[in-house]
Amino acid sequence: MAKLLVDNKEIEAKEGISLLQACLDNGIYIPNLCHIHGTDNPSASCRLCFVEIEGEDKPIPSCTVKAKDGIIVKTDTPSVRRLQCTAFKLLMSVHRVDCGHCPANKKCELQRIAKFLKVGLKPKYLELHLKETEVDESNPFLDYYPNRCVLCGKCIAVCKDKHGRAFLTFAKRGLDAVVSSYGEKDVSNLPCGKCLACIGICPVGAITSKDSPHQTA
Amino acid sequence: MSPLNNETVQKAFGVIRDEAKRRRDAFREEPVPKIQIGMATCGIASGALETKNAFEEVLAERKIEAHIRTVGCIGHCYAEPVVIMDHPESGFPPIFYHNVTPGKAKMLAKSFLEEGDPLFEHVLGAMEENDLVPQVLDFPRFNQEKRVVLEKCGRVDPEDIYEYIADGGYETLAKILQLAPNEIIEEVQKSGLRGRGGAGFPTGRKWDLARNADGQHKTVICNADEGDPGAYMDRTLLESNPHQVLEGMAICAYAVGAQKAIVYVRAEYPLAVKIVTKAIGQARELGLLGEGVLGSSFDLEIDVFQGSGAFVCGEETALIQSIEGNRGMPRHRPPYPVQQGLGGQPTVINNVKTLASIPPIIEHGATWFRAIGTEKSPGTAIFSVVGNIVHAGLVEIPMGVTLRTLIFDICGGVPNKKKFKAVQIGGPSGGCLPEDFLDTPIDFDSLIQAGAMMGSGGMVVMDEDTCMVDVSRYFLDFTQKESCGKCTFCRIGTHHLLNTLERITKGEGRDGDLEQLETLSEDIKDGSLCGLGKTAPNPVLTSLRYFRDEYEAHVKERRCPARMCRTLTAFYIDLDKCARGCDACVGSCPVEAIFTTKDRKKGVDQSLCVKCGECMVACPAEYDAVMKVSPPDLAPIIEQAVDD
Ligand SMILES: Cc1cc2nc3c(=O)[nH]c(=O)nc-3n(C[C@H](O)[C@H](O)[C@H](O)COP(=O)(O)O)c2cc1C
Ligand code: SF4
Ligand code: SF4
Ligand code: SF4
Ligand code: SF4
Ligand code: FES
Ligand code: FES
Repeated sequence: MAKLLVDNKEIEAKEGISLLQACLDNGIYIPNLCHIHGTDNPSASCRLCFVEIEGEDKPIPSCTVKAKDGIIVKTDTPSVRRLQCTAFKLLMSVHRVDCGHCPANKKCELQRIAKFLKVGLKPKYLELHLKETEVDESNPFLDYYPNRCVLCGKCIAVCKDKHGRAFLTFAKRGLDAVVSSYGEKDVSNLPCGKCLACIGICPVGAITSKDSPHQTA
Repeated sequence: MSPLNNETVQKAFGVIRDEAKRRRDAFREEPVPKIQIGMATCGIASGALETKNAFEEVLAERKIEAHIRTVGCIGHCYAEPVVIMDHPESGFPPIFYHNVTPGKAKMLAKSFLEEGDPLFEHVLGAMEENDLVPQVLDFPRFNQEKRVVLEKCGRVDPEDIYEYIADGGYETLAKILQLAPNEIIEEVQKSGLRGRGGAGFPTGRKWDLARNADGQHKTVICNADEGDPGAYMDRTLLESNPHQVLEGMAICAYAVGAQKAIVYVRAEYPLAVKIVTKAIGQARELGLLGEGVLGSSFDLEIDVFQGSGAFVCGEETALIQSIEGNRGMPRHRPPYPVQQGLGGQPTVINNVKTLASIPPIIEHGATWFRAIGTEKSPGTAIFSVVGNIVHAGLVEIPMGVTLRTLIFDICGGVPNKKKFKAVQIGGPSGGCLPEDFLDTPIDFDSLIQAGAMMGSGGMVVMDEDTCMVDVSRYFLDFTQKESCGKCTFCRIGTHHLLNTLERITKGEGRDGDLEQLETLSEDIKDGSLCGLGKTAPNPVLTSLRYFRDEYEAHVKERRCPARMCRTLTAFYIDLDKCARGCDACVGSCPVEAIFTTKDRKKGVDQSLCVKCGECMVACPAEYDAVMKVSPPDLAPIIEQAVDD
């Protein structure tokens, strides 16, 4: 067991787990979207889980460090909050906010983070930039909503974990990046019908099942 | 290593070296003139192939006996195609000719080779001291350079391994095979060599980490992704002297205990791919690579991997992903590649120039290397200097030379009597430095301190007609497109930066834009996952720091001080200067925006003008009547003659 000090509170964590996981396990919330419990190679892509660790000069994503004995951590300093707020506003500047019609409504991580950081879901200063395609219906089982997706990559990771290979992948670069399903048309090759793990893990409502469009985690 | 092994290596290499020298001497002693043509990509782009064909034709036609030799880049890209003609019988030393077009080639063959007249008007200089022709070494572009890495470039034929060997090549590989690996690493550490891929990480330390890391299948990777727009040093080096890079890789592999090495080249560099592949084949044939290198117990295979050409694939973790067949996306570090790289095994990734620095370091020793350059940045720096510069090209200088010396003395300064405005160093990750910074020494730390960075060696010189906001926009457009899309700050943040810069260059800037550019830039730097995002805002931040008034002019006065941004400029014709009845501009205008006034002078219809500037070029110099102004409302309203 590692003993560490987070926001002046002493917590205990299993040696080897990430600092983010240790905090979450101890009821200390740190905004996060791309973290997967128990993984050894964090994606570290959402850039929300920043904390300050004594001895380091800049905030660090807490999913990328281990919960080491004796470290002193602050989760709510001004520089941490500044980065988190910017990351969040950036994500929302490419997001179609339409919670009323979204299956994730009330369970959505973005709603939770907005409340936690006390920022609105709709960005005030940044121009909204949405992708043209609202729904990608090419997968025989799944529908994908690019303007809801935060590109956390969890769907791809869980798919690979379940099936030994991923039936989903990132496609395109820069702001055009999306999750895509390889255009696989042969239904018999796709395990999705019986799986739907990606829907379960999506922190927002970006993947839905064609059969039951309102189902989420 | 056993003494027996030493002897084997010495003997094996001795045979190869003797053969190389025999071939060189035979070539040299042949009593025919030699024509040497620079044929790297830069030369070919300026027509070196046509020049070579012209020489071949004229030699055949007139039955002149001479050897044509192709070499790599000589570094004087502004003068290309360049040719060195050695015609001992004429009594002249070997002569360097510039801009040798096919026509000039034929002329030279006839006059010089047949009649012994070297055509002085086309001579750039002589290659050695003599009484007849001024020596190139007397020009600053030649004598202020210090060639360590590029030393053999433009001298050896890259497609003939024996030329490299006759020039001392692979000597150090034979030497180190008789040393213990840690002795080599110590020497590299002592040399103070820092990685030339941009970040300047100490190479010896990287090798030491890799040597001590656990793993049976270590790999050495030569990073030749080179995605910076305008940078072409690595390509040129591979095309001009691939063996020096391969030798460096072999030394590295032996030192860290790797049996496999990969040259990662972008597929858009077909000539480099071809030449390196051929070089590897030749080295294998001579036993300098493969199983039991030079009869020792050291095995090494080197392969070429052709990358897809994404800028981000130059980032080391993305590069590994790409070799493993995945999408080139960076991952969080640590673990660093020296701990867990290709296939989870310790992997050394070094830049082309870093690896090519190794053979000279081993040959002359760490102390020699340290004597070049500065205390903290020993050795040389290689830049591809482009933009508004007289002598563009590849330059290798000792670290510590100032920007002023490099730009004005070595490269001849800004052409067309224009004023110097800024120099962009380090490509999309670097920054723009103004005139006040010209005395900054070129080394890793001084450049960072000034707000730019060494990067991989792209340098763009800009004159007074360059708009700094537009330059930032250009680089952000690049990084924004090249972002792999993985992390929030880089994917979305750079888009907003670009968006704001685009608005500003169109005269749609708003209050608060500059402050937002600044804070968002800082957050992107601190928040991004990999080096691409962490450095992407640098062009914006440095230009905001040094050229803020230019941004303000755009936002507050809708004025582009350099008169570059089209929406913010207008063309008009000065009626006092316009010559009655001269129609020169009329035909040049692609949109028929030029009309005739009632006293038969000309005017520009602002509602039609697309601001191409053609009329300004077309207007004869003695009138010089076309004016360009910013903001556009400075253009006077000129009335058209009423048609009857
Ligand atoms: C976006 C990005 C692009 C890069 N491109 C290159 C490149 O083209 N060539 C290169 O040698 N290093 C490049 N690097 C740096 C490499 O990640 C790595 O640091 C370097 O190859 C190490 O070699 P060195 O120690 O010899 O400098 C790039 C880094 C980033 C973040
Ligand atoms: S993903 Fe979340 S924030 Fe977006 S529309 Fe759905 S519920 Fe709302
Ligand atoms: S679809 Fe959902 S899980 Fe997949 S990347 Fe997008 S937000 Fe993440
Ligand atoms: S910084 Fe940019 S390039 Fe690097 S991981 Fe993030 S999105 Fe990709
Ligand atoms: S700038 Fe171009 S479009 Fe405008 S008047 Fe001159 S030639 Fe015509
Ligand atoms: S949870 Fe750490 S970066 Fe996304
Ligand atoms: S995880 Fe791939 S379809 Fe469910």
